[in-house]
Amino acid sequence: MTVRLILRSKMFEVTAGMTVRHSLEKAGVPLESVLAIRAGEMLTEDEILHDGEEIKLVAVVSGG
Amino acid sequence: MKCRKCGEKAAFNMPHHKLALCREHYLEWLPEQTERTIHKYQMFTRRERILAAVSGGKDSLSLWDILWRLGYSVDGLYIGLGIDGGIQYSDESRRMCEIFAGERGLKLHVVDIPQTYGRNIAQLADATLRGAKKPCAVCGLTKRHVMNRIAREAGYDVLVTGHNLDDEAATLLSNTMNWIPGYLVRQGPVLEAGRPGLVRKAKPLCRFYERETAAYALLRGIEYIYDECPYAEGTKSIYFKEILNKMEADKPGTKLNFYISYLTAKNNGLFSSQADPELEMLHNCPTCGQATTAPGECTFCRLISKSSSNLENERC
Repeated sequence: MTVRLILRSKMFEVTAGMTVRHSLEKAGVPLESVLAIRAGEMLTEDEILHDGEEIKLVAVVSGG
Repeated sequence: MKCRKCGEKAAFNMPHHKLALCREHYLEWLPEQTERTIHKYQMFTRRERILAAVSGGKDSLSLWDILWRLGYSVDGLYIGLGIDGGIQYSDESRRMCEIFAGERGLKLHVVDIPQTYGRNIAQLADATLRGAKKPCAVCGLTKRHVMNRIAREAGYDVLVTGHNLDDEAATLLSNTMNWIPGYLVRQGPVLEAGRPGLVRKAKPLCRFYERETAAYALLRGIEYIYDECPYAEGTKSIYFKEILNKMEADKPGTKLNFYISYLTAKNNGLFSSQADPELEMLHNCPTCGQATTAPGECTFCRLISKSSSNLENERC
């Protein structure tokens, strides 16, 4: 019952049934720093993640 | 979460505005708000020629897309910095800009720094103490010079950049932590030309969170470079952004309030023009004609001179 979060070369596994917000907290990824994408669809932070899903996290913070 | 306008499933939520929108309404909302920002700060009109500095990233390409869709006369400028970092960073970012311009039939100016000046950014940085640790300062100096030069030479009325609210808030926090009066006086949505040799600059995305411009690029289907500049890791701007994002998570709207309150305070006379004596004492560089704070060659021309003499010594 896991969900995989992929952020660039990193991967986090979280328990299915959590919201995007909760899963990011568990993974230690600040919500403000990413956008969550599931099968090409952008997710709001209240979206529930289901078993076996792979969520792409797009980093939004740039600097230099 | 539902879209506030149509009740369909929301694609993006903005807690600081208490506003969630579906894809269709978000792609309407952001350009509408950009137009409001352009008017509010009197950035430019549809009669003026605009040059958008584009890096291949989410902010600058979103800005170019929005201005184009709003009907402004806007061309692009890409500056190739010769950065590889194992990911062909400059080549890839240029490719993104060329794809974007090609798909929309827009004009893209390209200035390749290694071709033009004989050295890439890292090599130019090596020629000066400014770049002793990181080339970011020399990169910024070079980009500002080239952007201004191309805008002047090609007769553009205004130069626009994709700076977002996170960029502005991080800069503001940094300048405040160090109490740098000149920078605090000058920061804003518009930087007037002020004197011959300078082109007016504007930042139409300055009121949007970085997350909002990224959401726009993704929802619009703009192909942009996801990779960060190889030199950006550990920079001060990212450090300040992370701090601000922690505050934003605890209290949505913190970043927006910080920046907007600063602009209001500045307009109400918080800073005296005496705080920025350099602005009153600008000179024109005898080599390139651009404005500089001290008599004689500007910092960029001195950098190029030094780099060229180093190159000649290496060849001897």
